[in-house]
Amino acid sequence: MNTTLLKPLNKAIILMLSFIFIFSCQNDDNDLQEAQFSNNPFVFTDNFIGLGSDFYFPYGGSKFTSFSVDKSEGYNSNASIRIDVPNSDDLNGAYAGGIFRIDGPGRNLTEYNALTFWVKASQGVNIGEFGFGEDFGLNKYITTIPNVSVGTSWSKVIIPIPDASKLLQERGVFRYAAGTQGTGGSGYILWIDEIKFEKLGTIAHPKGTIAFGNNITETSFIGVNSDIEGMQFIVNMPNAINLQVNASPYYFNFKSSDPAVATVSENGIITTIGSGTSVITASLGSIETTGSVTIKSLGSFSPAPIPNLPPEKVISIFSDTYTNVPVNYYNGYWAPWQTTVSNDFSVQGNNLLNYNLFNFVGIEFTSPTINATMMTHIHLDVYIPGPIAPGRQLRVIVVDFGNDKAFNGGDDTRHSTTFTAPKLVSGNWVSIDIPFSSMTGLVSRTNLAQIILEGGDGSSMYVDNIYFYKL
Amino acid sequence: MHIIIESKSLNKGFYGIFILMFFLSCTGETEQKIDQPDWQLAWSDDFNGAKGVQLDKTKWTYDIGRGQGGWGNQELQYYTDRPENVSMDGEGNLVITAIKENYQGAQYTSARFKTQGIFDQQYGKFEARIKTPYGQGLWPAFWMLGSNITQVNWPQCGEIDIMELRGQAPTIAECALHGPGYSGANSITGKNILTNSRYDDKFHVFAVVWDESKIDFYIDNYLYRRIEKSEVEKKGQWVYDHPFFLLFNVAVGGNFLGSPNTSTPFPQQMVIDYVKVYKG
Repeated sequence: MNTTLLKPLNKAIILMLSFIFIFSCQNDDNDLQEAQFSNNPFVFTDNFIGLGSDFYFPYGGSKFTSFSVDKSEGYNSNASIRIDVPNSDDLNGAYAGGIFRIDGPGRNLTEYNALTFWVKASQGVNIGEFGFGEDFGLNKYITTIPNVSVGTSWSKVIIPIPDASKLLQERGVFRYAAGTQGTGGSGYILWIDEIKFEKLGTIAHPKGTIAFGNNITETSFIGVNSDIEGMQFIVNMPNAINLQVNASPYYFNFKSSDPAVATVSENGIITTIGSGTSVITASLGSIETTGSVTIKSLGSFSPAPIPNLPPEKVISIFSDTYTNVPVNYYNGYWAPWQTTVSNDFSVQGNNLLNYNLFNFVGIEFTSPTINATMMTHIHLDVYIPGPIAPGRQLRVIVVDFGNDKAFNGGDDTRHSTTFTAPKLVSGNWVSIDIPFSSMTGLVSRTNLAQIILEGGDGSSMYVDNIYFYKL
Repeated sequence: MHIIIESKSLNKGFYGIFILMFFLSCTGETEQKIDQPDWQLAWSDDFNGAKGVQLDKTKWTYDIGRGQGGWGNQELQYYTDRPENVSMDGEGNLVITAIKENYQGAQYTSARFKTQGIFDQQYGKFEARIKTPYGQGLWPAFWMLGSNITQVNWPQCGEIDIMELRGQAPTIAECALHGPGYSGANSITGKNILTNSRYDDKFHVFAVVWDESKIDFYIDNYLYRRIEKSEVEKKGQWVYDHPFFLLFNVAVGGNFLGSPNTSTPFPQQMVIDYVKVYKG
């Protein structure tokens, strides 16, 4: 009796032992099928694991045939993913790139903290992007590390997951983009092996930021949408160097201190809905992020007067009423003295130029230059939300590049027109109309190329409806 | 992590094997059974002060300045006793903070403190619970020097490095003995490498157990290096039969590990939960 009972018992115990032994270190396919969404960590070992049949999607413009499986090279094996990055003049595509997306239900990756793989190349090269989380749908959890240095011997790459608790059914398990910017246009071969999700104890000190960790303040109005800049995920790698990961806004959980003033969507768009002040902060899983955006909402925004001239009498540089001519830029970021940054916004579909830290700014249109000989005036509407200090000027400079249609060359002419209080007011639109007849310094207007605004005191100014017109 | 199997019954044996397999398969470490004396606490500091409180002067004294030749190692920091470099965190720990700042001609400040002239002991168990700083060029240490250094100089006095590591390698802790015939780059060393964790994001207990015939180095109660008197005497003189005092410091740069660079995150902290000294 005892012996017959003992034998199955022993077997059961041994079975249990080996079962638990396997479980303690790695997952087993038999178990994974029981879960609704697989937690299988493996993407590619010596073949693709559980990706189904139709899983590779190259990027538009890339060489579609770059990807293959190499049966003679591998990391501690003889199989790997091979990417033949094309020469930059390859007519079938100038770079290699694409996503590996599970053909079927996504995976539950909540128990991992990194995607890792081994990589080498036929020559030393910086690879533009490696990542995961791109599924050609919402790409909600797209995660990328840029400029990855790859040598000619196998090395391990670690892509930390910003907040794995969000990855409940992720289909986008790998992505890459590799070009020849660093190789003078010459193609090369990339081998990738052992792609898998891991729980690493050797990466540490995760940090998150919004607004690059700064506390910034933005003036806003009801109906304004604005992006949160500088969303970062920073992790200290096993070599004690901090790695900055490009993380989708969807990883962050945003909080508005006063949701009656401003709300934040899950992809990090702030919408101002009331008057007052609200501080936007964020967390990243269990990590509190540094940085904040304080929205100071002045309430309802009254748009600039809507232009009512017929279109044939207008050459429009910036307006929602007319079709604009080609403009090189609305902010040239002219080094080294310019402080002005652009933080353009729209209120209910009405686009505005928003110059912050405004001292001066240049708008340029040389493709082509504008012949305004048939026009009689320039118009623009400006709005200064802050106070107008005594002596505050706004100078509007119109520049003609002359017959060479290029800056300098001895034939440029310009005229500067100065405005002060009481024409300049705070918190209301100021419509500016200047006749060309008064611009005595402007010798010609056949090749108008720039409008320069000067006289800012470092505060903000909104601009709308910039156009030349015929009275 | 270190399972000692003592049960004799069949069922417990199975259970033991099962646990053993579990741990062996994942950590690669083997279990240890080392006889230890019945340790009696002889001296300790739990660092349970309020935030910003400085060290207890009845237990510690500071080294200040840049030292001769960067404390003999071309180190870059200026040691101060300012609270911003060394004080309690109010959560039961003493924190040494290495700061990147121009101070008295140095580019970095940090702290070094010791029990010299206040407490020393010959033989016993010396341990501290520490979370290390990280980044290229950070060099934390928990160590001891022979109290006769004022009479016989270094390395004749002997030096026992219970923990030191290179901030750029936060998974590798090292120990060392420096003495006559085996000092500097020629010291007798050991190291313990973590395969899937680090010394800088969790506390670890670093200890030395020292008697007249050997010096054992432990991390988290795991003996990773035993240096017998006979091993020392193959290289030089055994100089470990007199009292030693304790030191803690965070150096910045130096010929042990190189200078910090732009990748080094500053400020950096070594957090010490407690230090305890036992007699056997």
